[in-house]
Amino acid sequence: MKRIRIKEQYCIGCRLCEIHCIAAHSTYKYDLIRTFKHEATRPKPRIVIEEAGETCFALPCRQCTEAHCVRACITGSMKKDPQSGMVFNDPERCVACWTCIAACPYGAIVREGTHSKLAVKCDLCGDNPQCVIHCPNEALVFEDVTEEGDMG
Amino acid sequence: MGFSKKAKFKVERDRDRCIDCGVCVRQCANEVHYLDEETKEVKCNATACVNCQRCVELCPTGALAISVAPQQYTNSDSWSVDHMRAIQIQAESGGILLTGMGSDRVMPSYFDRMMLNASQVTNPSIDPLREPMELRTFLGRKPPKLELNAHGEPQNVPPQLEIEVPIMFSAMSFGSISLNAITSLATAATEENTFYNTGEGGLHKDLFKYGKNTITQVASGRFGVNIDYLQAGAAIEIKIGQGAKPGIGGHLPGEKVGADVAQTRMIPLGSDAISPAPHHDIYSIEDLAQLIYSLKEATEYMKPISVKIAAVHNVAAIASGIARAGADIIAIDGYRGGTGATPLRTRDHVGLPIELALAAVDTRLREEGIRQEISLVVGGGIRHSADVVKAIALGADAVYIGTAALIALGCHVCQKCYTGKCNWGIATQTPTLVKRLNPEVGARRAANLLRAWKHEIKEMLGGMGINALESLRGNRLMLRGVGMTDSELRILGIKAAGE
Repeated sequence: MKRIRIKEQYCIGCRLCEIHCIAAHSTYKYDLIRTFKHEATRPKPRIVIEEAGETCFALPCRQCTEAHCVRACITGSMKKDPQSGMVFNDPERCVACWTCIAACPYGAIVREGTHSKLAVKCDLCGDNPQCVIHCPNEALVFEDVTEEGDMG
Repeated sequence: MGFSKKAKFKVERDRDRCIDCGVCVRQCANEVHYLDEETKEVKCNATACVNCQRCVELCPTGALAISVAPQQYTNSDSWSVDHMRAIQIQAESGGILLTGMGSDRVMPSYFDRMMLNASQVTNPSIDPLREPMELRTFLGRKPPKLELNAHGEPQNVPPQLEIEVPIMFSAMSFGSISLNAITSLATAATEENTFYNTGEGGLHKDLFKYGKNTITQVASGRFGVNIDYLQAGAAIEIKIGQGAKPGIGGHLPGEKVGADVAQTRMIPLGSDAISPAPHHDIYSIEDLAQLIYSLKEATEYMKPISVKIAAVHNVAAIASGIARAGADIIAIDGYRGGTGATPLRTRDHVGLPIELALAAVDTRLREEGIRQEISLVVGGGIRHSADVVKAIALGADAVYIGTAALIALGCHVCQKCYTGKCNWGIATQTPTLVKRLNPEVGARRAANLLRAWKHEIKEMLGGMGINALESLRGNRLMLRGVGMTDSELRILGIKAAGE
């Protein structure tokens, strides 16, 4: 399955991944200007840059094989798609208890914050992740990961 | 009086498009953009702007544009804004004006005034997509006569550099540019079967693996020179001079000499790396011959030795001397050649245009009957593939590109390399800036440039009805001059357009 992989040695901390993630999940899908100027409450980025001194890197969801969030979910709304391997949250079943947020060791799940308190996470933008497409230094790559090279 | 503190550029922010995302704030090492905490708006103070275009290129909404500041003085052709600003800066500092890259002075470009020929009716042109086209070039001393053994293999041929495209990356040292920039060029040179040049900064331990595509340089400072270094590359270049600063040495400030640079250059951490103006052991052609043969001895006559000089007034006689001193390749750098740091006046007023120097050297070596004894590589002002073709037609065996290669990596020629704050991760040693150049991306772009130019060179050769670069070399009948004086045409050895 394809996952977002980070190359922290080339992350330049520009945060374009965050910005495009916000736009991708706004009501003005992909439109940066409208998202930032007209969206009443902007969605939170589902990928965040961590920075300390000279080090910085993006933290996307790793779509773990043995996902802590899936195991922690009290309603069974956080699931792993058996075909694609993507971990996703079913908004119909999520009760916004945020156990998944507490359980995720990478901090990759956030409160939606705009219209609800549901937990949201990286959905790979329909196999077309905007963060990867817009990373100016190819510090984010979207590639097949073998089971051995599993990051989860 | 802070006359010199005026902004040279104007940063224009389209407020309708700016989303205050702060990418520009985070990307500008000169701290031009900032977040106004009170209004939560991104603003800018253009005083420190160098027009490197990093913010413009990375702005996700295209909200930024940089233009030359509209500030003008009296409308005088003699006292331009640049001339007056230079004096204001010097009146404050009392120092030499420093700059980077090659000369930006308005001077006639002879490349632009030469037109190439093409086949029509009487001789067929060639389509390089359908027919074979040979760009392979061998650099090195050629034997007067080719001897073949019983198996038909050439005998007693001096060492040659074999390149698949007549373009090499010119000398840029580790220190003046980042390791990521060098790695990009080294990888691209390896992929495209050509060479990059270490410059005078030694060879970083991570770069030894690119050895077969490396030309190692020995310059007046002898930085990083040891037997492993000399043996690591495919050829050795003795650097006498450089087009951007003929007659003067180099100075890498101590701030740029971090642990890696210090180790590679074999100098103490944080010490200034000063390259003397002359080689202190070379005061004559005979002295040069001694160094050439010392290097040949050290490498068991397995590697061609190149000598690089800046194009200066007596370049033809000097080149003849270099050929006779035993060099295998002579590299000539024109006055437009780039650099990481140079005194402004030296860069802009010393040297010769490479086109004239090249023609003069080729003519002289032919007249003396020693042209085959040495290969001629030129650099300093090669901007595109047509320049390469014209240089080859004037007599060059291959060309060096430096600035063009850096532009492929992201450089926008802001000429502030000497500040060490290159926003593109090229001319800097600051880790947060260096990582902005992903060498995988850089290598792909530099290799793409070589491939693109290779295609264009083949198209132009085919148009002339030539199917091997060898047939164009020194073929000045393929050139005609436009708007040149008789003496310029005579020196270039070409006819006027229409003749």
